[in-house]
Amino acid sequence: MAFEPSQPLREYTEKLIPRYPQKRSAIMMILHFIQREQGFISLEAQEWVAAQLDLQPIQVREVVTFYPFYREHPVGKKFIRVCRTLSCALNGGYKVCDKFLAEFDAKLGHTSPDGRVTVEFAECLASCGTAPVAMIDDDLYENLTEDKVKELCDRIKAEVPAETPAPAADTHHH
Amino acid sequence: MIVAPKRTEIHPKERRMILKHADDPNYDTSIDCYMRHGGYEVLKKALAMKPEEVQDHVMKAGIRGRGGAGFPAGMKWKFLDRKSGKPIYLICNADESEPGTFKDRQIMHKDPHQLVEGMMIAAWATNTAKAFIYIREEMPHGALILEQAIEEARAKGFVGDNIGGSGYSCDLIVHRGAAAYICGEETGLIESLEGKRAYPRIKPPYFPAALGLYMCPTIVNNVETLCHVKHAVDMGGDEYAKLGTPNNSGTRIWSLSGHVQRPGYYELENGKHTYGELIYDIGGGLKPGRSLLAVIPGGSSSKVWRAGDRFKGKNRDGSEYDWGIEDVPLNFDGPAAAGSMSGSGAVIVVDDSVDIVDVLANINAFYAHESCGQCTPCREGSLWMKKITSRMAAGQARVEDVDLLASIGDQIAGRTICAHGEACAWPTQSFVAKFRDKFIERAQRQAASGTGETRLI
Ligand SMILES: Cc1cc2nc3c(=O)[nH]c(=O)nc-3n(C[C@H](O)[C@H](O)[C@H](O)COP(=O)(O)O)c2cc1C
Ligand code: SF4
Ligand code: FES
Repeated sequence: MAFEPSQPLREYTEKLIPRYPQKRSAIMMILHFIQREQGFISLEAQEWVAAQLDLQPIQVREVVTFYPFYREHPVGKKFIRVCRTLSCALNGGYKVCDKFLAEFDAKLGHTSPDGRVTVEFAECLASCGTAPVAMIDDDLYENLTEDKVKELCDRIKAEVPAETPAPAADTHHH
Repeated sequence: MIVAPKRTEIHPKERRMILKHADDPNYDTSIDCYMRHGGYEVLKKALAMKPEEVQDHVMKAGIRGRGGAGFPAGMKWKFLDRKSGKPIYLICNADESEPGTFKDRQIMHKDPHQLVEGMMIAAWATNTAKAFIYIREEMPHGALILEQAIEEARAKGFVGDNIGGSGYSCDLIVHRGAAAYICGEETGLIESLEGKRAYPRIKPPYFPAALGLYMCPTIVNNVETLCHVKHAVDMGGDEYAKLGTPNNSGTRIWSLSGHVQRPGYYELENGKHTYGELIYDIGGGLKPGRSLLAVIPGGSSSKVWRAGDRFKGKNRDGSEYDWGIEDVPLNFDGPAAAGSMSGSGAVIVVDDSVDIVDVLANINAFYAHESCGQCTPCREGSLWMKKITSRMAAGQARVEDVDLLASIGDQIAGRTICAHGEACAWPTQSFVAKFRDKFIERAQRQAASGTGETRLI
């Protein structure tokens, strides 16, 4: 199915491209916009981006597949990233991750069976002084303990309805 | 939503210049608040000077880069290839992703206009045609705060067309990364900003000052560095240079994390304090009942110090030094004289509650994940070191691993396109050199921490 860009995406792209000295530079910001709207970046969307920037689709795809944040498959309704790196690990980051996984019966890097969350490891989130930390979508949560994680998970369970996820796709690039 | 909580308790040893207002509960990110605190006055002052004069202040101030290498900013600007006649670009490196580092986050989330003002001064001084802030994806709120600040500054005529009525115009664009550490390396960043994979470029010939963004002369400076520009111009280069210690002027924000009682960001006058003061006095020391195992002095790629290390050598004036870790001056030159580097100013403290092999395994997992894959020694070497240390951590350590790790590390550094080669090799090289006995002990115990995973606690 061909990609139908939304009106906001069209307007954003039209305004964005001329701000850069070269068109191609706009690619990452457009991909961010699409992923925010759609949850992921389909091959059809990539073709559309390529056409806007006078690129070949492969030149878009090589960007999508290089950067860990971009994804070609949908994820859970909440995207949880737990920092795995040293300062967090020294302060219990792995336990925090285990707790998120257990609460949703999820596997690392996969969407939970209820479709509510996808839990991944992230590398240092630049908040090591308040380790351990995690991000849920755009928001950073600091000084996490298992109890705090439980609270966050209870809130997600209350706010986000469960549903069967699309066939589980591995969200990892590497 | 917690963006960056204010830390209202400021340690009496701190000398806050960059973070002067950041943690004031009554200070916010609006331009009105910034201007009530004297904001954009220094830009006006700079616009009244010739660009060369502004550059002179930065040169005399002796501002050294806060992003990792400590290279003098004034010198970097002088290298710009002006003869080419091509447009000049300025990029603020806001990728902040060296493990342990969290200082730029404070500036961008709490005092965004300071960065905007610093950048516009730098832009004027270098006749920049267009300026960019490349901010890591994991700071989405930071990107919005900066965009908002730029729009406010544009409305007041400090960004965009005819800045401050000077006739000089320069746009400032916030550009977001997508969770790849290698975008912090300046040429990788440039490729990324051009809309490609962040494959670093080889130097020579691709020094940004000559062949940077779109093959035009380009300056890449760290967030904190660009903020210092504002203060150097405000105080005057000579006055600024009196702050700190010779060759290590100004203040610096240290990110302290790991096993300390009071982790956090601390802005200190450069070289006026020691690692001991930061860790024990300011940072509250170790947790009760623990003893020190190691200190990573400048981001996870810097060479590790083992508790009890002594560093001896000769100062420039011929006098001798004999330091323990606690005595090393907190500045650019101190850690270098002690066989490591101050890097991004990220100090990670490790106590005896963990095994040193597990610490290296954690670090190696990071650098293996972040190699861009262009150079065989870095791509294969970082992965190989990670596999070995993961296996060791999972309970299958072998005595011969120590020498194998050392030999892999030795074959990466100096043989790659970018300094990620060093960044991934230095931890392994220094850990096995300093903790050889512990690595062998681990192997001999066959101490299965047993989970088959890399984890510390
Ligand atoms: C692998 C690697 C990662 C880097 N990451 C960062 C970073 O996240 N932020 C940063 O400011 N500099 C980083 N640097 C240093 C930059 O390449 C560059 O030296 C710096 O941005 C220059 O600014 P400065 O002179 O103001 O320090 C990194 C370097 C390497 C080799
Ligand atoms: S050293 Fe590593 S990160 Fe740098 S260019 Fe080579 S492979 Fe890429
Ligand atoms: S190590 Fe987790 S935020 Fe830096």
